Amino acid sequence: MKQTWIKFLVMVIAVFSMHLAYSAPNLEIDTPAINALKSSMQMRHEQLESFYGSGAIGLTSNGLIAVRDAKALPLKDRQGINALVASENADRNKLYQEIAVANGHPEWSSSIQEAFAGRWIDKAQSGWYYQAAGGWMQK
Amino acid sequence: MEKNLLVLLLAGVLTACVTINIYFPAAAAQEAADQIIDDVWKIKEGEAAKAPIPPSVTTEAPVK
Repeated sequence: MKQTWIKFLVMVIAVFSMHLAYSAPNLEIDTPAINALKSSMQMRHEQLESFYGSGAIGLTSNGLIAVRDAKALPLKDRQGINALVASENADRNKLYQEIAVANGHPEWSSSIQEAFAGRWIDKAQSGWYYQAAGGWMQK
Repeated sequence: MEKNLLVLLLAGVLTACVTINIYFPAAAAQEAADQIIDDVWKIKEGEAAKAPIPPSVTTEAPVK
């Protein structure tokens, strides 16, 4: 009986120290996969930046982007905008997934996506559009 | 009988701790998001707060 109690205590201590290890404050974001996605998004942003400014695209409430008003675009850009938005969203989805995986919790990806959603909008330049409960809003 | 109870208790403690372990670190996620967004959008630190630097008043007019 005494032995069982000792075993039990050891288990509790082990589980508790696991908990301490998990409560490390920082998330791992410096992995090759994450850095590759970041630089791909960085390059694409050079194209996207003026489209945010003109209101052609906006930030969605779920951490992605969407075409808001294709008419705000010069004709030559209208064709490519959907593909550009789609590849940006693919990268963003992969980014959220990769951060979750890099931290050993693939199931965190939707919470990470939520955290990003708020921060993209907070950091958006004034004049850019973002999606709120009532529809598109301008910063 | 007592042993069964102990196993049950142990399982209870384990699941409670696992629940704590999968708790999502929201603050850390925000911080990570900030870092990545700053990089992707090339936002320099303090850029938003900084007002444009007024052109310095030229005290020395070029003498011609």
